Amino acid sequence: MKMKVIYTDNNATTQVDPAVLSEMLPYLEQYYGNPSSMHTFGGQVARKITEARAKTAALLGAKPEEILFTSCGTESDSTAIRAAIASNPDKRHIVTTRVEHPAVKNLCEQLAKGGYRITFVPVDRNGALDLDLLYKSLTNDTAIVSIMWANNETGVVFPIEEIAAEVRSRRIVFHTDAVQAVGKLPINLGKLDIDMLSLSGHKIHAPKGIGALYIRKGTKFAPFLIGGHQESGRRGGTENVASIIALGKACELAGANLHEENTRVKELRDRLENALLKKVHKAFVNGGTEKRLPNTTSIAFEYVEGEAILLMMNEFGICASSGSACTSGSLEPSHVLRAMGVPFTAAHGSIRFSLSIYNTQAEIDFIVEKLPPIIARLRELSPFWKSAVA
Amino acid sequence: MWEYTDKTKDHFLNPRNVGVVENADGVGEVGSMACGDALKLTFKLDENQRIKEAKFQTFGCASAIASSSALTEMIIGLTIEEAEKVTNEQIAQFLGGLPKEKMHCSVMGRDALEKAIACYRGEAAKKIDGEVVCECFGITDLEIKRVVLENNLATIEEVTDYVKAGGGCGKCHEKIQTIIDDLTGLQKSEKKKAAPMTNIQKIKLIEETLRREVKPALEKDGGNIELVDVDGSRVLVTLRGTCATCSKSQITLKNYVEFKLRELVADDLVVEEV
Ligand SMILES: Cc1ncc(COP(=O)(O)O)c(C=O)c1O
Repeated sequence: MKMKVIYTDNNATTQVDPAVLSEMLPYLEQYYGNPSSMHTFGGQVARKITEARAKTAALLGAKPEEILFTSCGTESDSTAIRAAIASNPDKRHIVTTRVEHPAVKNLCEQLAKGGYRITFVPVDRNGALDLDLLYKSLTNDTAIVSIMWANNETGVVFPIEEIAAEVRSRRIVFHTDAVQAVGKLPINLGKLDIDMLSLSGHKIHAPKGIGALYIRKGTKFAPFLIGGHQESGRRGGTENVASIIALGKACELAGANLHEENTRVKELRDRLENALLKKVHKAFVNGGTEKRLPNTTSIAFEYVEGEAILLMMNEFGICASSGSACTSGSLEPSHVLRAMGVPFTAAHGSIRFSLSIYNTQAEIDFIVEKLPPIIARLRELSPFWKSAVA
Repeated sequence: MWEYTDKTKDHFLNPRNVGVVENADGVGEVGSMACGDALKLTFKLDENQRIKEAKFQTFGCASAIASSSALTEMIIGLTIEEAEKVTNEQIAQFLGGLPKEKMHCSVMGRDALEKAIACYRGEAAKKIDGEVVCECFGITDLEIKRVVLENNLATIEEVTDYVKAGGGCGKCHEKIQTIIDDLTGLQKSEKKKAAPMTNIQKIKLIEETLRREVKPALEKDGGNIELVDVDGSRVLVTLRGTCATCSKSQITLKNYVEFKLRELVADDLVVEEV
């Protein structure tokens, strides 16, 4: 029996849009030419890549030549940070935050072992950055500042426009991991002081395994993958043609859907959040709710453990994710929630719902109906619950 | 996503014996919310000194809840002396196995049972002896030594999977490695010492190993094993009870008995059924 799936885990990955799929399929079937070839058969593919580059640039308010296609968001992040330190070989300091995705966090920890000094800027209980500390940490030795635009776990949005301007005024390279922001927030790089920006296709209804890095014209760059002349010599390797075409289409659609993300999807998110908080005691939202992605809510259910919640929701076909330790195989709850100072008792029971334009009100109401009894049931099992409410 | 067995899922979705036994004879509480899991086990004995009722309350993931539920099912009907022999491995086996990263859930069950039994006997709850090695989870060297020995662990990751030690900041990894190295070095030298044995000594050791290590496990399934003869490196045994008719008896013999004997007596032993 196939169960209906209610998919509210769109910050993890998204459904490929049918229009995206039909755009890319011919390039896996009949048009298999190599875009670098001299013949028309390959050349027509190169033209499609040019088109995809223009569409990707358009979503960001950038110029087509500022877009580099990569294999994923992680590669974009690595490329950006490594390019900055390679082009500033005498600078040994990097500034980032305590709540970055592992794509940035683990790379910086690795670089720290190689002798780089890393400032991990802390956040407060709402997940907001300590901007004072951030600005004070900048020195002549700083090679790059890399700060995510929006947090994947809480949806909290950082004031990237302001930070970029401040960093630029000190002539330091500024990179932002915008993997979660693209398609959910309006972005106009032509007007901003951002040097590099990462995005990932599978978060915006393109397939997995395609990403892009925006590199502002004039930014010093060093390729990560050395090889052929592809991508104007900035990334060797024959292009992932079909996926690049898919990303272009997905960017076009993301621009068109931005309004819906910020109206209907946001209303669904608010409906879900408000109803759950009303029905379930001892539950709260992780992170400030004001400056937040329209599709994301992270709710802490105290005295229960996230994996147990997810597996019980799974019985109803509901897909979400958790900041709990148990789900990841690590033993400690999410570094993001811990950086915010969310108590362990609540961090273990945190569930993230991330919606998309495919969600319906009926689905949201279904979750609101099914989840509260699950929490109640798990609390009945918990040795702490009775004394907590006594 | 974890690969849980159907039995684990069943015990998670339909946990048995949830709650607290009134006027319990034994109470054991382990873990904490900060650690991510906690278990409170209570039991009551009947007039024949067998566990009549056992209940649990658990905060934790699916495998923690399933392990607790399994534990209560396993110990109901047992005497204290029998219950005392339940190992974490048996809890995991009862569920058809646990993902290795989740073995600590079965260890938590065993620990709660031990505490509850100590409580019943009026022994002061076992002091946390030894020196704290993992500060993140408060695990001592003695606790680590115990799981390493009982479960034949060889790596830091395995120790983390079983007792969580080393799963936080990672500062204690070196210390854990030293503990593992010391213990495996010890086992090796013990084995070496045991090598030049007389035949009588060898038979005695085999007998002892079967009695201590193998029999209790087989008896749990209603089976038994008798040593018939030892001929050089051949160990001749008979199987009795359900094990003899069980189609898996070859596997039981080969994998389990031989493994145990090779590990604890000599690594060239071959087990044969007669
Ligand atoms: C903020 C953020 N950065 C980077 C990534 C990595 O993207 P990818 O999976 O394409 O490597 C993700 C995806 O989980 C993310 O949420």
